[in-house]
Amino acid sequence: MGNPVLEIKNLRTSFRIKDNYYAAVDDVSLTVEKNELLAIVGESGCGKSAFAFSIMGLHSQAKVEGDIYFKGQNIANISTAKLNELRGNKMGMIFQDSLSALNPLMTIGDQIDEIIYIHNSKLPKKERKERVIDLLNKVGIVDPAFTHDQFPHELSGGMRQRVVIAMAIANEPELLIADEPTTALDVTIQSQILDLIKKLKEEIHAGIILITHDLAVVAEMADRVAVMYAGQIVEIADVYTLFENPLHPYTRSLLNSVPNSNEVQSELHVIEGIVPSLQNLLREGCRFSPRIPWIDESAHEKNPVLHEVSPGHFVRCTCYQQFSFPEKSKEDQYHGVS
Amino acid sequence: MAFLEVEDLKVHFPIQGGVFGRTVDHVRAVDGVSFSIEKGKTYGLVGESGSGKTTTGRAIIGLNKIAAGKVIFDGQDITDLRRSKMGARRDIQMIFQDPYSTLNPKKRVLDIVSEPLRNYENLSRSEEKKRVGELLELVGLSPESIHKYPHEFSGGQRQRIGIARAIALKPKLIIADEPVSALDVSVQAQVLNFMQEIQKELGLTYLFISHDLGIIKHMCDRIGIMYKGRYVEEGTPEDIFKNPQHIYSKRLVAAIPDIDPRKREQQVQFRQAVKVEYEQSYSDYFDDLGLAYKLQPVSDTHLVALPGKG
Repeated sequence: MGNPVLEIKNLRTSFRIKDNYYAAVDDVSLTVEKNELLAIVGESGCGKSAFAFSIMGLHSQAKVEGDIYFKGQNIANISTAKLNELRGNKMGMIFQDSLSALNPLMTIGDQIDEIIYIHNSKLPKKERKERVIDLLNKVGIVDPAFTHDQFPHELSGGMRQRVVIAMAIANEPELLIADEPTTALDVTIQSQILDLIKKLKEEIHAGIILITHDLAVVAEMADRVAVMYAGQIVEIADVYTLFENPLHPYTRSLLNSVPNSNEVQSELHVIEGIVPSLQNLLREGCRFSPRIPWIDESAHEKNPVLHEVSPGHFVRCTCYQQFSFPEKSKEDQYHGVS
Repeated sequence: MAFLEVEDLKVHFPIQGGVFGRTVDHVRAVDGVSFSIEKGKTYGLVGESGSGKTTTGRAIIGLNKIAAGKVIFDGQDITDLRRSKMGARRDIQMIFQDPYSTLNPKKRVLDIVSEPLRNYENLSRSEEKKRVGELLELVGLSPESIHKYPHEFSGGQRQRIGIARAIALKPKLIIADEPVSALDVSVQAQVLNFMQEIQKELGLTYLFISHDLGIIKHMCDRIGIMYKGRYVEEGTPEDIFKNPQHIYSKRLVAAIPDIDPRKREQQVQFRQAVKVEYEQSYSDYFDDLGLAYKLQPVSDTHLVALPGKG
């Protein structure tokens, strides 16, 4: 498939706790094509945000290993100055918490203007202002000229998120990373913001990485989906395959644990155990095995790798072949965790 | 007579202004809300942020001052019982949203869970320990955890400690304010299943407050939708999800993302249609101030806020 916008090879991001490094993102490889929306799903602590931050070079303390190719250029270990030419320019990021992503002391207009100015300092002020107004218009702000002079606290959460998106797309990025862009918002606002991201995807032809924990959002938005667990990709497939034929036990458990708005389940599936912390993470064998203890150990691989089960559909470890949900008594379910 | 009856409840917050900080106006956070809950059932209160759903819950338990209206619990008027006769409210307990901030980080689990017991019951130290141990077992935590501190637990486990505290006095009504919003999906499932389980075991009645319509649909027998401090629609999950009548409820239901990627196109069209309808008929559903009208019955179970007839 031609030239991917982003190609990541064996990315490993480790954080130091006391004297040891622990990998929060462990050997992740993937590609994002132009015009493609790749969703990364997982629960908190699975490394999805650490992954996004690694691409943008936003970790100051972590050790980032592996290769990150942005349009063929390896940006994994380039200088901050070089990275700054790309960040906010050809690589944009939408953050989760719009209130802390914006500077409370600057007007909306100035904040967006700053981003344009840094990367196009020769552009006259008047033209920049036109662009800012144009951007605010693009993200669906009703009265751009008025909002231009407002401060972040004067806007509602949904409006602020629109401003954050306007900043991310200010310089027509070719790669856009959205880290939980709608988690803090109400459903009606969420659907507006998601529609906006869809619309922008068609307009700017960027590759988009959407990071979320919400499977329904994934179902609505994604072209391809990567499911992460404990720092690794456990399953990756196009969105239809993933929802119709999920294979990895974790993917299946996740899908079974959300209340489905189409059908009424009497009981939700509970994944046994807890998400392991960085230090307690199982580094050998199948990382999901402690949470499916009823599956025989021989079902797991010693060193689980991604297997291509059909074109473009990869699943880690062989345990999916023998996986089925247990018929458990209620007693076990509630007292399983302690 | 229903187990809990709320009649025309109003909660107003003062807006202070001027040099002397005088009250210049009020925010009508809850503006005339009425509903009733049957014993052993789960009633869902839905709305977006700022709709007044949390304030309603807090007013019932006495954490917000009621400006007007009545709260009748188990046949007893508890509207004016706040503060003076706290004994009357041991039967109503609350589960809070954020399991990280509702547990005192300096207290051990034993002290957290036994606090309501110490307030209402005279137990000896050993009895207290035994009761707390039993409660923890009931919520699926090992009895040894009584000597641990909140930071030693995960989010789901903390929420269970919050639940153990809420059920310590064997309450009859539990007000759960967004009990799973701060939790991951798999942990969410754990807590929701568990809440249903203890409901059966202890015969609890729930007032379940949430903005997540999927969860509300999963948990509740009856649902009320709030907007700007007023009700826009009330009915069974069937009424609300299959046959929403008010334009606001329609928009809310349409906004829920669908888990089936094949329905994408259909969803987009449906949403567009609802959006057009919302814009065109806004003034039919809301008065000049943008507030909802009074509820009118459209069937035996289904009430919708529509302008008065005639």
